Amino acid sequence: MNDLILLNMLILGGTAFVAALILYLVSKKFAVKTDEMVISIAAALPQVNCGACGKAGCADFATACARADEPSFANLYCPVGGAAVMQKIASIRGFAATDRAQSVAVLRCQGSCQNAPAKIAYEAISSCRIANRISSGQSGCPDGCLHIGDCVKVCKFGALSLDKTSNMPVVDSKKCTSCGACVKICPRGLFEIRKQSPAGGMVYVACRNKQKGAIARKNCSKACIACLKCTKICDQIKVENNLSYIPPEVDAGVFGEELAKSCPTSAIIYKERVHG
Amino acid sequence: MVKEYMFPMGGIHLKKYKITTDCPIIDAKIPDIVTIPVKQHIGSPAKTLVSKGDKVKVGTLLADADGIVSSDVHSSVSGEVIKIEDLPSSSGYEEKMISIKTEGDEWEASIDKSDKIIQEINLSPEEIIAKIREGGIVGMGGAGYPTPIKTAVPEGKKVELLIVNGIECEPFLTADDRLMVEHAEEIIMGARVINRALGIQNAIIAIDENKPKAIEALTTLSKRYVGVNVKVCRTKYPQGGEKQLIRAITGRELPSGKLPVDIGCIVQNVGTVFAVYEMVLKNKPLFERIVTVSGDGCRHPGNYRVRIGTPISSLIEETGGLSDDVNKIIIGGPMMGNAIVNTSAPVTKLTSGILLLKDDSFSKKEASACIRCGKCALVCPAGLRPYAIKQAVTFNDTTECLRKLHAGDCIECGCCSYICPARIPILDYCKIAKQEIRKK
Repeated sequence: MNDLILLNMLILGGTAFVAALILYLVSKKFAVKTDEMVISIAAALPQVNCGACGKAGCADFATACARADEPSFANLYCPVGGAAVMQKIASIRGFAATDRAQSVAVLRCQGSCQNAPAKIAYEAISSCRIANRISSGQSGCPDGCLHIGDCVKVCKFGALSLDKTSNMPVVDSKKCTSCGACVKICPRGLFEIRKQSPAGGMVYVACRNKQKGAIARKNCSKACIACLKCTKICDQIKVENNLSYIPPEVDAGVFGEELAKSCPTSAIIYKERVHG
Repeated sequence: MVKEYMFPMGGIHLKKYKITTDCPIIDAKIPDIVTIPVKQHIGSPAKTLVSKGDKVKVGTLLADADGIVSSDVHSSVSGEVIKIEDLPSSSGYEEKMISIKTEGDEWEASIDKSDKIIQEINLSPEEIIAKIREGGIVGMGGAGYPTPIKTAVPEGKKVELLIVNGIECEPFLTADDRLMVEHAEEIIMGARVINRALGIQNAIIAIDENKPKAIEALTTLSKRYVGVNVKVCRTKYPQGGEKQLIRAITGRELPSGKLPVDIGCIVQNVGTVFAVYEMVLKNKPLFERIVTVSGDGCRHPGNYRVRIGTPISSLIEETGGLSDDVNKIIIGGPMMGNAIVNTSAPVTKLTSGILLLKDDSFSKKEASACIRCGKCALVCPAGLRPYAIKQAVTFNDTTECLRKLHAGDCIECGCCSYICPARIPILDYCKIAKQEIRKK
């Protein structure tokens, strides 16, 4: 009887030992070599896999950083982590970190419940994409905000929220990492990632309506009516399709205040300081 | 036993609400100003030929087809062009429209205004197709696909059968029904014209069994003509869908991504066939159509012969005006139609009906979670899994996944939304899926 137990133990134990040996050898032989640098860079990254850097995710970005030489490293930037993270990665690589102007998402619409009162009731699914397909929206403006907030749902950093009184999405510039998720989701392309000017300010046209001035004003009191006043202040500003656009090169510190004051419908927004 | 014509897969049985079946077609008032969109069809918008200040007559060519997939647009009134600009359509988005101020009712001299029915067809197939193109005729069932392209059979393909679609399976709508009752002979002649253009001798007029008058009118008349037969189909929604109708009549299944012409069939709506007759034999281009104005909020429901470009508001005015408790205006049928946001938008070649609905006539229950009952898959006439498509869209799933689910084959009939016990508007999700697929 005892012999039988012993025999069983030996057979099973022996099999287990052989199997363990095979596993050990295989794992040694076929071990995947990982770059220590990639791991340390990945540890410094925010690990949200948003794709804002243009790579497939944080691991992909870390690999790209580890392989880049000095000039191509200057083209890599993690907008979510910002300057702090890039500083860390640069010190791991031993390069000098390049400085970049901070950017933030801006909403180019002011069609709130007060400025653009609702004319119809929307009762279908609460999704901007569907609302955009069905009709021009509650206010009647075919290019304005639909007040449903797909952008709020898609923001991973909690930087967007629907304001209760105006029913418009509001960007919290402290939390915004300019990952561009809201730009992609908005069916009307209302968001733009804008760089701040050297002095930290920002000036932009908060309207996307391409209708003629009189029609646009019927739906919204703060619509751009393409009066061309802004082009007289700064010749870099272009008005196309009844809509003015201020290019990011325009220095907000120089022109901002004057532009905002000159706009008869206050469609131009000027912020003296975006961050802080 | 009489063979029953009905598509086998999916479908639902709806309440009919066809309150206007016995209302004869009335000529609607010609409005003071008409706005005619230059794009009333699938494809590229037509090129405008007139300019501000031009005098036009009824039937004058306003815009020329731009490219192959496009269609001519004609004036529906006589008068003066007052502006050509972008105006909001029924969805609120802007479209290029030609506004004409009406003065009198003077028709182009070439149009035969008499009621006489012309029996002889002396034109060659090429001439017939050219005429259909000149007439600006598009598929009037709702898709708006230009008819000349459908009629010109591509080389190497052979058509055996023309199916004239007189099913009209949507609730409320009776425009096609009335057209078949009042213009039966014209429809038969129109079918013969298309047959001649196709070079075949075989046309079937398919009618739902819930239209006894139309069946009677067409059956008695069709006996006089060789090659035109009437087939009575058992009622089921969406029998009027092209794929479903071919399956019901011929038993042939239309494969995904193929056109009816690939399996030897061509389907034309009765409205289109009537328009073909009027253009080819009477020289009258497509500038008016039959519109059903109905719904429980409508004071005088009826079938109206409306000039294209008539503002919807003026048509509503004519039927007794908008009462306060009307909460929704729908263009088309209740299953596939769209609620509109702008009543100043015009009636187009594709407006088959205008429904005025009161608050209590549509469900307002909030959508709850999917309970996985599978009813939507059971009723889907295209054999899809609507619940899976909805799921994929909700989670922003990739197009690849949507392709695997074949959302592109959805015919947007709305059976899934209708049957859903959780009140989920599944059709809206399917529409998004189709949109995403088209984008890639």
